[in-house]
Amino acid sequence: MSKIANEVLIIKLGDQFAGQVTELSQDYGMLSVETGVEQISEVLAYLKNDPELKFIFLTDITAVHYPELEKPIGVIYHLHSLTTNTRIRVKVFLAGDNVHIPTATTLWNGANWMERETYDFFGVIFDGHPDLRRILNVDDMTVFPMRKEFPLEDPNRIDKKDYFFGR
Amino acid sequence: MQNHPVYTDNDPQSEYSTLNLGPTHPATHGVFQNVLQMDGERIVSGVSTIGYIHRAFEKIAEHRPFYQITPLTDRLNYCSSPINNMGWHMTVEKLLGIQMPKRVDYMRVIIMELARIADHIICNGVLGVDTGAFTGFLYMMEYREDIYEIYEEICGSRLTTNIGRIGGFERNFNTIAFNKIRAFTKKFPAGLKEFESLFNRNRIFVDRTRDVAAVTAEDALSYSWTGPILRAAGVDYDVRAMEPYSSYEDFDFEVPVGENGDVYNRFLVRNEEMWQSLRIIEQALDKLEKEPSDIFHADVPAFYLPPKEEVYNNMEALIYHFKIVMGEVETPTSEVYHSVEGANGELGFYLVNDGGRSPYRLHFRRPSFINYQMYAPMSRGMLLSDAIINMSSLNVIAGELDA
Repeated sequence: MSKIANEVLIIKLGDQFAGQVTELSQDYGMLSVETGVEQISEVLAYLKNDPELKFIFLTDITAVHYPELEKPIGVIYHLHSLTTNTRIRVKVFLAGDNVHIPTATTLWNGANWMERETYDFFGVIFDGHPDLRRILNVDDMTVFPMRKEFPLEDPNRIDKKDYFFGR
Repeated sequence: MQNHPVYTDNDPQSEYSTLNLGPTHPATHGVFQNVLQMDGERIVSGVSTIGYIHRAFEKIAEHRPFYQITPLTDRLNYCSSPINNMGWHMTVEKLLGIQMPKRVDYMRVIIMELARIADHIICNGVLGVDTGAFTGFLYMMEYREDIYEIYEEICGSRLTTNIGRIGGFERNFNTIAFNKIRAFTKKFPAGLKEFESLFNRNRIFVDRTRDVAAVTAEDALSYSWTGPILRAAGVDYDVRAMEPYSSYEDFDFEVPVGENGDVYNRFLVRNEEMWQSLRIIEQALDKLEKEPSDIFHADVPAFYLPPKEEVYNNMEALIYHFKIVMGEVETPTSEVYHSVEGANGELGFYLVNDGGRSPYRLHFRRPSFINYQMYAPMSRGMLLSDAIINMSSLNVIAGELDA
């Protein structure tokens, strides 16, 4: 089967979730949409179970931190429809003081470790996850190291500041 | 998932003991721990612990210009580093919109397929070792050595290759490299045939692997498995065939698919993939001869790191070299996901770029990480000796697991 056109995807999502799923971009041909934390479970279930779409394969879950935004933590899902070879990216942005989002382990077993990794690095709490613990970092770590407020370099070093390089 | 009976904690007949399999145990093939609850020889339940060699690659990548991220990718799956390298370069090229000359694509295909063969040689060889057959492993080492010599001829390095550049290769393949590749394609079939005949109908090997750790296609998909282990379960998904990159659409090859997803099927699928890789390499060598022999990179001076001789002798090259190394080149503010078929499955790069000198965020979709999470659940009810073989058939590489 041929690829599902992004326009078709947008129309189908619009029909199903009027106003609750918004298009963000179509960079490099991949449709990227945003939805809210209340709808994410339904959106993922719809994308997976709809007989025409069949995004049955969960490629990846991760997050991005944008400290300057009102909702700074973006949780990113990459789904893949293996029958039509179409990919879609679904984003949910979370407020800094409320980083709860429903788990996707009810839909895919594979979401388990991906969510644990996202929790480990960004502190996103996946409600309903069967075993939400740190996975790569040590258990007694108190911070979520991939957030932007934790710089990699020693903050006391000044020799690598951007203004020395005209930036 | 498995046919063995699963005992429960309430079974009055059972007395359980705890067994630490790993973190450093010869049979775990890397640094990861499984705390197993054992009822005699049988596994009642298990908990996997990973992260022993976590090196914060994603955080480091946020602080490095694009070129300096290549050595990080080497160290993910170090059994097939070139695939990781090329995957990363292709992601950046996709971001920058660089169109590659055909000859470079073919050269990359050759290197990536050689890397796949090297990886499968180790995996299947070690699977033999874990069933008690050391011979196949020793025989096959010779061919991995040949492949490493080809890498060495091209980039000077053997294991962590850092092969290639954004936009092509640092230098053209010389005659010796081509001769070595040709020689390998002539020599390897006999070796692989011998390897197959050692195992494929070997009574001990077949008895130890057939119907062991069999996984259904539904389970494999639910756990987001990719690569040979997914295909062994009967799902025909290969990134090379489904979303061809680097001119894979120009080649004639088959995607081998297994039947019942057991260890034996995974072994067969990997062997067959080696034959297919060989087929692709031979086609690529033929196609290369029809392309102009002096092209080894795209004409993108703003992104292609010039070879050292040019930096020393050419002012333009020196300027571009400086700008690239200092991260002064302009890149689009955008995000891109690109994936390649790694030796273990879909190796994906999710790159969020804000136009700065480093990625704003880089996430590696590491097949070993995702494939391994099923290990503990699928080991329930299995014999310990079968769980060992299962682990080698998953081909989990600790560097890729922990990143």
